Amino acid sequence: MVLNSIEHLLEKYDNGETTLKEEQQLKAYFTQEKVAPHLESYQVMFQYFNNTKQEELYTKDVPLKPRKSYIYQWISVAAVAVLMLGIFIPSIFGSEQGRTLAELSTEERDAYNQTMKVFDMIGTQFNKGQNQIGALSLTSSNFAKGAEQINYISGFSETTNKFFKSKKNKKK
Amino acid sequence: MTQTDFTKLVMPFKDKVFRLAKRLLVSREEAEDATQEILMKLWKNKQKIADYKNVEAFSMTMTKNFCLDRLKSKQAQNLKIVHSNYQDHNTSLQKEVENKDSVDWVSKIIAELPEQQKIILQLRDIEEYDFDEIAKVVDMNPTAIRVALSRARKTIREKLTNTHRYGIK
Repeated sequence: MVLNSIEHLLEKYDNGETTLKEEQQLKAYFTQEKVAPHLESYQVMFQYFNNTKQEELYTKDVPLKPRKSYIYQWISVAAVAVLMLGIFIPSIFGSEQGRTLAELSTEERDAYNQTMKVFDMIGTQFNKGQNQIGALSLTSSNFAKGAEQINYISGFSETTNKFFKSKKNKKK
Repeated sequence: MTQTDFTKLVMPFKDKVFRLAKRLLVSREEAEDATQEILMKLWKNKQKIADYKNVEAFSMTMTKNFCLDRLKSKQAQNLKIVHSNYQDHNTSLQKEVENKDSVDWVSKIIAELPEQQKIILQLRDIEEYDFDEIAKVVDMNPTAIRVALSRARKTIREKLTNTHRYGIK
């Protein structure tokens, strides 16, 4: 009875006359295990249709880019500009407004005084060092004098040599 | 239309697009590329989507045209080679017996059908579209679709029974 109706449906199916509902009936029939042996070829077909529908899925992601808004990029540019202004403007105008000593707070004044003391100390040490270097320069000037006198001596020895030479010539 | 709206709209039929593309182009990679292309095209024209009466049918038509173009184009010449490899039936008896039960045969047989029949069979038997919808996609009248479908189905079954008999012998 069932088989009869299935066969009838299959005939319609082959002619492309079945409705979607009837085709679903056929699919339901052929996905079960037991199928009349002479209908096996149909079973393969319907199994294939079922399988592909379940297995062949599109799993890749599609890179959907929303239309790029360039606002954020411009915001970053603006931020950089503001930063640069923040760095440069105080250094340009700030150099003109130096503060006098009277404006400083006591702590600042203390720190200022201490650094001045340290600088003073370094200065006096430098002066001492300079004095000693003065002694060195004195010795070097004495050396120069000595070198001049040695020149005299060498001039003296030259003239004596001349004398010796003239004596030897006379002996000959 | 936001991205989520679009995904919701596309979700139900993106697999159908992919399967149709794969049916026509055979190679999985090609089909993936085609599907992506179709979805991107839809996304680009998302303002017009509201005007389409049936987005799914529209996308399927796009897919069909895109794939047929692809097959005609020069790049498809490479595809043809894959295709003919695929059709190689000089397999050993052993292999035939192995494949006898496997449903792979059906896909091989379908691959040999003319493109028109492939598309119609795919839409009807796998995606379960009714004839009106198919008519929209392939731009044919329902009677012609019925005829093509009937031919496709009969061819498949004939070839299947042949291979089955080989297997038994």
